[in-house]
Amino acid sequence: MSEDSSIGIDVTPTEVLPLDAWHRARGGRMVDFAGYWLPVQYEGIMAEHLWTRESAGLFDVSHMGQLKLSGPDAAAELEKLLPGDIIGLKPGKIRYSLFLDENGGVLDDLMVTNRGDHLFLIVNGACKWDDIAHLREHLPDEIDLNHLDEHALLALQGPKAVDALARLGLAPAIDGAPAVEALGFMEAAPYQWDDRPLGVSRSGYTGEDGYEISVRAEDAEALATALLDQPEVKPIGLGARDSLRLEAGLPLYGHDLTPDVSVIAAGLGFAVSKRRRTEGGFLGDARVQAELAIPPAQVRVGLTVEGRLPAREGAAIFSGDRQVGTITSGGHSPTLGVPIAMGWVDAASAAPGTPLSIEVRGKRLGATVTSMPFVPHRYVRKGGSK
Amino acid sequence: MSRYFTDEHEWIDVSGDIATVGITEYAQEQLGDIVFVELPEEGKSFDKGDDAAVVESVKAASDIYAPASGEVVEVNGALEEEPGLVNSDAEEEGWFFKLRLTDPSELEALMDEGAYKTFVAGL
Repeated sequence: MSEDSSIGIDVTPTEVLPLDAWHRARGGRMVDFAGYWLPVQYEGIMAEHLWTRESAGLFDVSHMGQLKLSGPDAAAELEKLLPGDIIGLKPGKIRYSLFLDENGGVLDDLMVTNRGDHLFLIVNGACKWDDIAHLREHLPDEIDLNHLDEHALLALQGPKAVDALARLGLAPAIDGAPAVEALGFMEAAPYQWDDRPLGVSRSGYTGEDGYEISVRAEDAEALATALLDQPEVKPIGLGARDSLRLEAGLPLYGHDLTPDVSVIAAGLGFAVSKRRRTEGGFLGDARVQAELAIPPAQVRVGLTVEGRLPAREGAAIFSGDRQVGTITSGGHSPTLGVPIAMGWVDAASAAPGTPLSIEVRGKRLGATVTSMPFVPHRYVRKGGSK
Repeated sequence: MSRYFTDEHEWIDVSGDIATVGITEYAQEQLGDIVFVELPEEGKSFDKGDDAAVVESVKAASDIYAPASGEVVEVNGALEEEPGLVNSDAEEEGWFFKLRLTDPSELEALMDEGAYKTFVAGL
């Protein structure tokens, strides 16, 4: 994975995150990722991937940007920069959204949580400085933007994540908040772990049930160690994070999403809330509304590749002799045992089941358009919540 | 039979004018889980340093260079069904291909096992 070369970010020298020594002491193989040292793998990507699918994996994603937004009408102001319904986002709820430029191109994708007295944003590590500049440029001065760069972010993902986290005995920090095991998918709440404050959300980037936990830098090692002490949990590197999200059909910014592509073409129309489709009022709204009326010429699809040779980013996709698209991310699926990929193809070639071919080093590999996710999501949704 | 090593982490066993080529234990460890090996066709000729094979790990594709000039006389067909042999037994069962060397003097520039160990220790 060379995540950031394509985004044009040049961050030197590589920076150290709060869990750096913790990873090195446990055998994590550290690489420069988004300008930070992070583990690409521990025992091996395949084993880590499968462990996360069957038990629980602990990921360090502290390179991601954690931003607090507060002030008068913060939700309404943020809505001017993204197509999601933030005004209607209830306290304790999370929404996936995307920052768009004036042409409707995707600047980043992010999670927005209503934390009651402020909005909490998690943005991609490689985009965070640009995001902060973008927010500062467009938001009124009365809106406070606070970058929580003294916080780490851990993700605990997998069907047994709930068992492991519940055992830590976190206490809700606000009245009426549920225990962590009673949070539904895309819900969040503050907790106390003894005297340490944690922001916990039931969300993730693997397609599995699980949590993302915002923790003060000085508490990160203790939390990571306590989680790793649980028998269900192993440490997982960024390599498996990438193969897990690919199987889950989740796009990776800088690869599957770029400023050249639009929300609708990316198949992320669910992130354009109903009210905003008609009202507009956000950067890039004209393109979104136009593409809702007239579907875009190219769309993001999943592909299952024949044989064993992985088709990777940049490979050309053909229908017969005609190039109809390009792979934006791809690789071996540890769960399925076959190569899978995501890419952009002409709308006429986008229907599931369409036979296509992909050129890899002069060879044409057979491929079939496949509905995503490749591996079913196993989120834990509460009745009535969404 | 003598074994040589390259600074690209290949090993070469030489017996007469036939050289068996694979990647080292260190290389497989660095690459991680190998899911596919693209081998050259038998009969193909390489100059030293040409791209000869491609190893696909879960995370990336890596080129394997011809460590010496020669013609491919045999490839390890077992890797087609079981690419993981490169992980489990890199320096024996996980060999890639055999070359009939055209210029055995090229081997003189390569490292012996002791020199390679020192090289890896310095990385």
